[in-house]
Amino acid sequence: MIRVTINGKTESVGAGTIEQLVHDKGLRPEALVVEHNFTIVKQPQWSRIRLSEGDTLELLSFVGGG
Amino acid sequence: MKIGIAGTGGIGSNVALVLVRGGVRRLKLVDFDRVEAGNLNRQFFFYDQIGRTKVDALADNLKRIAPDLQLETIVLRLDEANMAATFHDCDAVVEGLDDHAAKKRLMEALAATGRPIVSASGVAGPDLDGIGTRRLGNGTIIGDFRTDADQALCFAPKVTIVAAMMAHILLEKGGYYERCQLE
Repeated sequence: MIRVTINGKTESVGAGTIEQLVHDKGLRPEALVVEHNFTIVKQPQWSRIRLSEGDTLELLSFVGGG
Repeated sequence: MKIGIAGTGGIGSNVALVLVRGGVRRLKLVDFDRVEAGNLNRQFFFYDQIGRTKVDALADNLKRIAPDLQLETIVLRLDEANMAATFHDCDAVVEGLDDHAAKKRLMEALAATGRPIVSASGVAGPDLDGIGTRRLGNGTIIGDFRTDADQALCFAPKVTIVAAMMAHILLEKGGYYERCQLE
């Protein structure tokens, strides 16, 4: 396990990819935007980026309405 | 500053209204839809505009405030394939789309540009208490982040408050407040 900051809170998560984190948290990929170390990562890249100790993530799940 | 409006419904039409009142004079309005009677409880349209395309009706309404507006109107359903190209010439983009997946796709499509994108998430229901602001990359997102339009109706107070907050972000970034002088 590694420690990362997700939406401002420190959490212990598996040392995997962004895609694995999204899956482990049970988030719906089709509504989710991921910021990793202050850069938005498009969904096709989620499986290519491995998380490291101390990383900062923002996970935002959009809800509909405009 | 040229601002693109992706979706000119409850959010987009009201953001455009506040931007124009704030001094913005170049807008690109993009929406596929037509004005319906059910829109009039919150969207910046009038009864005699029912049936017209939203972008054309909105263009008319905004020009009544500022006849010198430079407007482009595009009747188009935005999708992953056309989003980046549609807004390539805009300095900033307002996201006012209905669908949660389309919101995500627009934010991802414009992330690489580094240009400001202001988005809405959670504008349905009557409750105003949870409205907040989050920032991801070049994006600012405003809403309560929880109330989906599938679960609750949209009403004028919340929609217009969120829209005004979104417009404020861009008026601030664009330096429009500094240009106004006390008389």
